[in-house]
Amino acid sequence: MKKNTFSTKGLTKVYGEGRSAVHALRGVDLDIPEGEIVVLLGPSGSGKSTLLNIIGGLDRATEGDAFFQDQNLSQMTDKELTRYRRDHVGFVFQFYNLMPSLTAHENVELVTEIARDPMDPDEALAMVGLRERVDHFPAQLSGGEQQRVAIARAVAKNPTVLFCDEPTGALDSTTGRAVLNVLKDVNEKLGATVMIVTHAASQAAMADRVIHFADGAIREVVVNKNKLTPEEIDW
Amino acid sequence: MSPLDHKLLRDLWRMKGQAFAIGMVIAVGVGMLVMMTGLVTSLNETRAAYYERYRLAEVFAPVTRAPDRMAARLAAIQGVGAVEPRVVGGALIDLADFDLPVQAQAVSLPDLREPRLNDVFLTDGRMIDSDHSDEILLLQAFARAHDLRPGDRISATMNGARRSFRIVGLAQAPEFLYTTAPGELIPDDARFGVIWMSRSALAAAYDMDGAFNEALLSLSRGANEAAVLDAVDRILDPYGGTGAYPLADQPSNQLVSEEIGGLEAAAIGVPPIFLAVAAFLLYIVINRMVQSEREEIGLMKAFGYTNGEVGAHYFKLVLAIAIGGALAGCLMGIAGGRALIQVYVAYFKFPFLVFQLDPASFVTGVSVSILSASAGGLLVLRSVFALTPAAAMRAPAPADYSRTGAMGRTLNQWLDQPSRMVLRRITRQPGRMAGAMIGIACGMALSVSMITIYAGFDRTIDLTFNVMDRSDVTVSFTHAASEKTIFELRRMEGVTLVEPLRHVPAVLRNGLDTHRGVVSGLAPGARLGRALDSDLAEIPLEGGGIVLSTALATKLNIRPGDILTVEVREGRQPVLQIPVTAVAESLLGAPAYMDLAALNRALREPNRVSGAYLTIDEARATEIYTALQDMPTVAGVSLKSQAEIAFQTLMNTGAGAIRYVMGGIAFVITFGIVYNAARIAYAERSRDLASLRVIGFTKGEVAFVLLGELAIVTLVALPIGGVLGYYLSFGIAAGFSSELYQIPAIFDPASYGFAAMVVIGAAVASGWLVKRDIDRAELVSALKTRE
Repeated sequence: MKKNTFSTKGLTKVYGEGRSAVHALRGVDLDIPEGEIVVLLGPSGSGKSTLLNIIGGLDRATEGDAFFQDQNLSQMTDKELTRYRRDHVGFVFQFYNLMPSLTAHENVELVTEIARDPMDPDEALAMVGLRERVDHFPAQLSGGEQQRVAIARAVAKNPTVLFCDEPTGALDSTTGRAVLNVLKDVNEKLGATVMIVTHAASQAAMADRVIHFADGAIREVVVNKNKLTPEEIDW
Repeated sequence: MSPLDHKLLRDLWRMKGQAFAIGMVIAVGVGMLVMMTGLVTSLNETRAAYYERYRLAEVFAPVTRAPDRMAARLAAIQGVGAVEPRVVGGALIDLADFDLPVQAQAVSLPDLREPRLNDVFLTDGRMIDSDHSDEILLLQAFARAHDLRPGDRISATMNGARRSFRIVGLAQAPEFLYTTAPGELIPDDARFGVIWMSRSALAAAYDMDGAFNEALLSLSRGANEAAVLDAVDRILDPYGGTGAYPLADQPSNQLVSEEIGGLEAAAIGVPPIFLAVAAFLLYIVINRMVQSEREEIGLMKAFGYTNGEVGAHYFKLVLAIAIGGALAGCLMGIAGGRALIQVYVAYFKFPFLVFQLDPASFVTGVSVSILSASAGGLLVLRSVFALTPAAAMRAPAPADYSRTGAMGRTLNQWLDQPSRMVLRRITRQPGRMAGAMIGIACGMALSVSMITIYAGFDRTIDLTFNVMDRSDVTVSFTHAASEKTIFELRRMEGVTLVEPLRHVPAVLRNGLDTHRGVVSGLAPGARLGRALDSDLAEIPLEGGGIVLSTALATKLNIRPGDILTVEVREGRQPVLQIPVTAVAESLLGAPAYMDLAALNRALREPNRVSGAYLTIDEARATEIYTALQDMPTVAGVSLKSQAEIAFQTLMNTGAGAIRYVMGGIAFVITFGIVYNAARIAYAERSRDLASLRVIGFTKGEVAFVLLGELAIVTLVALPIGGVLGYYLSFGIAAGFSSELYQIPAIFDPASYGFAAMVVIGAAVASGWLVKRDIDRAELVSALKTRE
């Protein structure tokens, strides 16, 4: 049996206090085996991004435990969380979040400079098919290209786990497919666990495991036996 | 190069406009500090070098008539280096271009050798030949004022005899940097001359063959000055010594010290105020700048950059601006100092310049800039670090305007949508508004305080020449004459009022604090020259007490009721103990007043006067001057109108002139503050403003939302800045006041109005610059740009 990359117990997140409190997560229990592509589905505000932020070490749970391998993220200090993100986690965001003042190559370097065992920035950019435009600034790149730079940046550190929050949310179908293909490659070539938050249900078809969210809780977990390639997905 | 350093450089380039504005504010603050301290250091060094090169004496010992052999006795005093006995005497020079004869001092130069002390610097012509008794050197400044050149002849009255002299050369001397006629306070090149003659010629004129009436002494290293002064007085006392005094009390040196001291006080007192305002502004701006980088900070943290690494990155950015500004400031300060020092070297009549900078001012300037910039950056970084990366990367939640609901309902019928946006932003983000408001208030305060200082200078002139001294002419006598002289003056045609006065040279002493000056005896009920209190009410002088000016009371650390020791330096030279009865407002000099009769009683010289205040009929002025010239007792005549012009010149060319430079700098800082406030407001809201344009607001309406806010903040800042400026003006006025003249911190409504105009002008100009950017902004890209 495969080991779990993540497991959570009673994970709860509350924003605000008193009457204006918002329960983003209401006691989530979850296991994610290593090396899988996991898609988290659900409407906005259902808690999927919040979960991603917590197990990605970007935010803290109000209650409950989240384990990465056998380390409890909930008990880590800020310093340890920083170490965890630096060594193990790659992020891809919906709006790419590239540094506008750095070129594509430099944006990737930003990560390789501090990672423990990075790949060459050029290699990472080659993986996402951006060998040509490495010296362009984000403003000179299309949305799809920017997202590919963001992915290159995320994978360049050889992450254990890759978090993607709506990675195709701002892209058309062709570009979106290309991006998903890159994610699939990363999963296959690097063995990284890839977690994708989306509300495009069709993308679940390429996942090993699909987790449905509603109202801050998991409604259903589906294990997908017949994975499709991104090209085969309905957009 | 690390990618973060690439980011640093490109960020700097992207924000170059704002970085430049911040850098300039720092530069101006630092530049002023460097310039002022450099100026003071250079002037002090130059003066010291000039004194040393021309061997200026360290002790001056006037005496009535001492035989030459006493010079050897003086030289034998322990601690005395060189001794130079000389002859000095008063003279009146007749000039074609002047109604009045001009007072002068004749000074001897040794025959056939260089003077051991008090050498002269020959600027034109040649030295005198002691074989020709009619050859003289003339003080260069005086010669210039009257267009006299080597080769010209002048006639002068010495010791009652009128003689003709040939000018062979023009000279400067460190002991005559400033020349002030006896009994006057304000130096004036045109109204007091110095004549150098050979010792033999001058001794003949003043009946001083084989004798001297002034000894100059230099001190050896480590000499005890007080002991030397005592010893000199003991030796010269039998010959009518009136008290040896040190260089510090020498009139010209005293004035130079006052002027440099005035600059120094301004250098110490004013730049820190400017620098503090610049530092505060820097703090606010850097704080906002880092705040706007919130998302990028969150992102870097998401990648696993530590707080230290992110902090170091922004610290470098802040440091680049602060150090850049501070270095530019140092360069500006050096350039400004070099330009200004030329003006002052000419003003002080130094024949050469020793330019020196004060390294401490660089260190202070640069470190204050770095500290305030880092404080601004680090404080906000701390608050960003306190957020989780997830929270930092989200745009901050929309500010909560819900609690303005009540206000909204009452105001809804009054205000349109944009006005409500302006009001709500101001009321709901009071912290940010307060930052901008305090910044602008500081600018207002700087402007107010500098402009009221201008008014303070005018007030000093007005009080001195129109309120305190109401005479037209002041006459001084050759010696303390009998009251009969006053009756003679009263009988003159065209003289409308005559008031006697007596000036007695004296050393005033209270414990260890001393002042070498003059006690003025005024007639009871005097109307022309008066002692006034701070409410400008006359202070009665009746009784035996003495009234001191504020400056003198402060210098001597004495209060009404205390007893002052007055060591008279005239006649029998009695030492008197006189109670201080009141403190008088005086903005010029450091006078001490007594009742004339009481003063004469204390001196046991009844019915004596040394001069008089006159009012005259302008139409008969020339006639009166001629008559005065013919009176043998009259040593000098000075016109108030000339004194006023001389004073104005002094304040506008000396230490006082720096106020215009400072005023200019205050304006630059004020503009910098207001412009930055407008820029920051625009940067914070560019996305909102673009959204407004997208939904159909016109450019004008959008500009109103932003500029309305700037307008309200500016208007609120004005009164607050006015109050701050009122208090600031006390500090700045103290910085400009010297022993020679005092500058009052006054409340002058016109100054406040003018300062408000300056700030509003800066706000309008800034608003216009920002409005231009709003008009030019491309909607789509503005919506896309991050905050």
